[in-house]
Amino acid sequence: MTREIAVVAFAQTDHRRTSDEHSEVEMLIPVLHDVLDQTGLKTSDIGFTCSGSTDYLAGRAFSFTMALDGVGAWPPISESHVEMDGAWALYEAWTKLLTGDADTALVYGYGKSSPGSVRDVLTRQLDPYYLAPLWPDSVALAALQAQALIDAGETDEPALAGVASRSRASASANSHAQLRGSVAQGDYVVRPLRTGDCPPIGDGAAAVILAAGERARELCERPAWIRGIDHRIEAHSLGVRDLTDSPSTRLAAERAGAFERPVDTAELHAPFTSQEVVLRKSLRLGDEVSVNPSGGALAANPVMATGLIRIGEAAARIHRGESDRALAHATSGPCLQQNLVAVLEGDAR
Amino acid sequence: MPEVLKAPLVVEFPFTRSLGPVQSAFLTGLRERVVLGVRTGDGRTLVPPVEYDPVTAEEIRDLVEVAPTGTVTTWAWNHEPRRGQPLDTPFAWVLVRLDGADTGLLHALDAPGPDAVHTGMRVRIRWAGERSGAITDIACFEPYDGDPSEPTGQGHDGRFEDMVTGIVAPARLDYVYSPGRAQSAYINALAEQRTVGERCPSCRKVYVPPRGACPTCGVATSEQVEVGPGGTVTTYCIVNIKAKNLDIEVPYVYAHIALDGADLALHGRIGGIPYDQVRMGLRVEPVWTEGGRYPEHYRPTGEPDADYEMYKELL
Ligand SMILES: [Zn+2]
Repeated sequence: MTREIAVVAFAQTDHRRTSDEHSEVEMLIPVLHDVLDQTGLKTSDIGFTCSGSTDYLAGRAFSFTMALDGVGAWPPISESHVEMDGAWALYEAWTKLLTGDADTALVYGYGKSSPGSVRDVLTRQLDPYYLAPLWPDSVALAALQAQALIDAGETDEPALAGVASRSRASASANSHAQLRGSVAQGDYVVRPLRTGDCPPIGDGAAAVILAAGERARELCERPAWIRGIDHRIEAHSLGVRDLTDSPSTRLAAERAGAFERPVDTAELHAPFTSQEVVLRKSLRLGDEVSVNPSGGALAANPVMATGLIRIGEAAARIHRGESDRALAHATSGPCLQQNLVAVLEGDAR
Repeated sequence: MPEVLKAPLVVEFPFTRSLGPVQSAFLTGLRERVVLGVRTGDGRTLVPPVEYDPVTAEEIRDLVEVAPTGTVTTWAWNHEPRRGQPLDTPFAWVLVRLDGADTGLLHALDAPGPDAVHTGMRVRIRWAGERSGAITDIACFEPYDGDPSEPTGQGHDGRFEDMVTGIVAPARLDYVYSPGRAQSAYINALAEQRTVGERCPSCRKVYVPPRGACPTCGVATSEQVEVGPGGTVTTYCIVNIKAKNLDIEVPYVYAHIALDGADLALHGRIGGIPYDQVRMGLRVEPVWTEGGRYPEHYRPTGEPDADYEMYKELL
């Protein structure tokens, strides 16, 4: 019998364009304390800690070690880090709890995009032989995908604008979001994508606490049980992929059990409007599913935390009784290269 | 709150990378104006080529020559080229399926404007004048309305004279670094030749330099505490190798110094005493130079050595 594991607490910063006054750990500490306070746990009670971030945002080697000051890392704790979005740190923590080595885990992700140019920074994750020397920035690559979708008749610019306005309208109810309410679609950044089709650039952090079995019930009134979680990857080269589809998302969803029963909520990590079109198709989401009620990545995109926030937002809706079965998706890499899908459920009511 | 510090930070690094047999053939080919793909087990031709089949992960080596002409499979108009991109005038990013290939190559297309670009348009390679065996040997693509040029689909042994076996991929990223609240306060105080740390509200330890958090308690620190100027050498080493661009005669002593009132030792160079007379427990004080933003070095105060019991927790 495998252990049941749940998200029992979630917290995030107010995501903002800049946060010069705070170092990464200074930005992170209030969020860590928030999730601990929600559960009544102290840092010394946590069985396993895992984080996601990247040195390329900070421009500094081993930057995550400084952030560890925020979790009470002395005397030595059981800890790990992924150079990925915090959603993948959550995946690692989930496997750790499955082994029975720990009953609780603290997972966090954070990123400050403000010190550098995130469009340029993200070019450094590309293949260094054929792609990186050309410096194709993140918006340019997303725009190639958007044009492929338009050519395939799967969307058009007005439909993309509709995704943008729906997301920012939903974010009106999200006090943490960076872009809320009515946001102009704006000029082309890289055609066919306009500023409104692109995520805001900003700084932020998020944290969740996972707990296994009875421990989860003690810590949370209505735990968000992780029924399944899986992540898959596409070929790196964009020219090998069908950019209008995301087979890796579909496979991850299938392995996570997403297609066994309908979900009522989907938090999708789609930094660009066009990527929501791809994900809705891959995940077979109908209009009855509430997609990104938080506003999603178009409302706040703290790189390295945005995916973890999707899991956190989905879980929080279950905690509040607003959802019974939710899907959370996280992505990494250009044009939805890597995709993680989690299915969360609350106890029957 | 005092002004938070900011400064430009440039990170530059030349990545030196070796090439496998397939990439070596492809990039050397570009230098010779020959475009090579690689054939997969199911008969598709991948351009640019890779060593392993992206579907089956099988090793693939079967090189074939494809044409320098092809078809745009998707595109995006880039009206504001950024540093390092192939063209400095507005251009289209394109994925191009070269004649004879089954996959797309990413590059730039030189076109007068977005109205002159469409998916399905025919293009050809414009070669760079000087070629070294890199993806940038393709300067860009340009519109082309002629016939598909030969040679397509011919096997190729991938051998050229003077094979390219590696590339240097220079990278540069520009940042505006801000050290945050705690470290800004520390650096600002140094400008007044003072050293400030922060006290943990929980365990009461004073951290210097302050990082905004207590690593033991996992809580934010905020109470500023001035420490020093005097301190005690807790441990040290003798440096015998001269660092590049450092104007200090070797051997010299680099030490951990626990400033009075601090619960963490910081680093500093010890001067004003022969290197072989430095010892644990030596009492020292900072020496500032005109306009210096940090102590140039620490020198003995002449006080009696500190008792080991006084600093053993700070080792
Ligand atoms: Zn403390």
